[in-house]
Amino acid sequence: MREILQIVFDALSLGSLYALGALGIALIFGVMRLVNFAHGDFIAFCVFAMLWPSVDAAAIVFAGQLPFYLLIPLLLLIGAVLSILSEIVVFRRFRNTNPATMMIASFALGFVIRHLLLMLYSSRPKSITLWPSLGLPVELLGAHIPMLQVVTIIITLVVLTVLVLFLKRTRYGLEMRAAAENFTMARMLGVRANGVILLAFAISGMLAASIGLILATNSGTADISMGANVMLIAFIATVIGGLGSIPGAVAAGFLIGAASVVFQATLPHDARVFRDAFVYGAVIVVLLVRPQGLFAPKSAKQRV
Amino acid sequence: MSTRPSVIRQTIVTPIILIVALLIMAALAYQFGSRAFNRTAVEMFINIMVVVGLYVFVGNSGLLSFGHISFMCLGAYMTAWLAIPPVMKSITLKGLPAWLLHTQLPMWVATPISGVFAALFALIIGRVIMRLSGIAASIATFGLLGVVNNVYSNWDSVTGGQGSIVGIPPTMNVWIGWLGAAISIAIAYLYSISRSGLALRATRDEAVAASASGIDIVRERLIAFVVSAFIIGLAGALYAHFLSIVNPGAFYLRTTFVTLSMLVVGGMSSLSGAVSGVVVMSLLIELFRNLEKGVSLGGHTVALPNGVQEIAIGIITIIILMYLPTGLTRNQEFSWRGWPLQRRLARTVQTALKELN
Repeated sequence: MREILQIVFDALSLGSLYALGALGIALIFGVMRLVNFAHGDFIAFCVFAMLWPSVDAAAIVFAGQLPFYLLIPLLLLIGAVLSILSEIVVFRRFRNTNPATMMIASFALGFVIRHLLLMLYSSRPKSITLWPSLGLPVELLGAHIPMLQVVTIIITLVVLTVLVLFLKRTRYGLEMRAAAENFTMARMLGVRANGVILLAFAISGMLAASIGLILATNSGTADISMGANVMLIAFIATVIGGLGSIPGAVAAGFLIGAASVVFQATLPHDARVFRDAFVYGAVIVVLLVRPQGLFAPKSAKQRV
Repeated sequence: MSTRPSVIRQTIVTPIILIVALLIMAALAYQFGSRAFNRTAVEMFINIMVVVGLYVFVGNSGLLSFGHISFMCLGAYMTAWLAIPPVMKSITLKGLPAWLLHTQLPMWVATPISGVFAALFALIIGRVIMRLSGIAASIATFGLLGVVNNVYSNWDSVTGGQGSIVGIPPTMNVWIGWLGAAISIAIAYLYSISRSGLALRATRDEAVAASASGIDIVRERLIAFVVSAFIIGLAGALYAHFLSIVNPGAFYLRTTFVTLSMLVVGGMSSLSGAVSGVVVMSLLIELFRNLEKGVSLGGHTVALPNGVQEIAIGIITIIILMYLPTGLTRNQEFSWRGWPLQRRLARTVQTALKELN
């Protein structure tokens, strides 16, 4: 019983991380059909923003020393600004090009951000101590669960609730959903394209910042490549969930998190190092059964 | 009934121009280049093989693939298994079967075997993946890359795990690099004028009409997948002989994206685009590498800080794509008529890419 609870919490917290990432990618994909490969580097950028302005090897955390009620909004702001800037400077010019070109452009942007960070901070991981008290375990129904896992799950649920309310109950949310459904039609009915796209980028950037915060608290280090893995899985999750479907992306994020944890727990010991191979294999199998994704919106069906 | 010769006569000039241009580059590098420059040239030729291989699948089918670097991985490791002296193998790679442990093949035998191995693997996995379409196929190839990388990074007794395997005879030079590039260009050209190549391009431009005309999309895509895997397997084998060490990290995301960028920058639906993309990007990388080392200007040595190279390459890629979204060659081929770029009959409608939308 205790082990099962442990596994459930592991799965939920890993899944939360993937779900937040998938959400960030799905929002942008919905409004402009861009698979944003720079998302992982946005995450890394936000983590390193906590070290500003110090670039020393023994990171003197500057922004990281702020109390949490200042630090969190500051980081969210940084994420949003970076994301909006990238839209204005780069992606705006790619709106009518084919998806492959856009994908490569976003990858190139990520490449630039990553090497900018490398140049400033070098490739050695830096230690960041954020809220060490979150690492302590709490006792829940007899199982010892790290506090951070509980917090991660709660944060994700809060973010998801707020986002659902925003999308369902506000004017901007309605515009964004309309744009995700059929962008041309939405524009013709008076949705302002630039506004909706900027908003999607801002939210996506804030999601990247929150992933950065969770990762940094969890690992205690700032590492250039820390966003890349989450971004990859998130990207796969958006496809499994059915491209353009926001709830689908979240559900698939949780699903992949759960699959990783379950494979980790149930595979025989020798095969455990091949866990990722099993996860990716499972992804291929899911795609073979449902090529349009698990929760594909009706509009995604190809018409002839 | 003599339509085939005329197709060849119309288009044969493209691969000839490309191969001769590369031969001139190889000769210049051999004659005037330093040792380091020669290594850059070899690296460029290997990249040309990879990107031309990618073009065979991506350019003709219109589907993006993230998985082709796994074929490079398969080819390189196969070469490592075949070409490392048995004495070294028995220490580092204990898990190999006995017959493989006791063989050592020269480069010109090991390389084609590596290519065929990659192609066979592609034939098996492709039968599954090619049933998908659009972005689902792209993600499935991503899965393929993940599986291959994970297995090769962790199967310690056979692949040496995360570490590097050393001891592959370093027998590469510019001429072999050029030969490899020329062979891949020839294969890619022959494929693209073959019946299957024409059929596949028809499915790229108008999938519904093509399948209504009796083209089996899955079959044609599978053929292109296998041909491209063969070329990239060869490239992997030569890469192993070039560096004389292999490790799984070299065949993962970075290489995938760098080669895809080269293809898109050059123009992803033309053979000339594939080759010129690699040449232009390689020259840029070499230029910035030298600028980082320092240039003397009036007695002072001016050097760019380390890391500027990658940033500049990224920015230049973005700018090229901004102004030429169909790549440097605008998806056209080099030819004599209308030098330097031949006009295609009509603009291609990229239907397979529309599936992404």
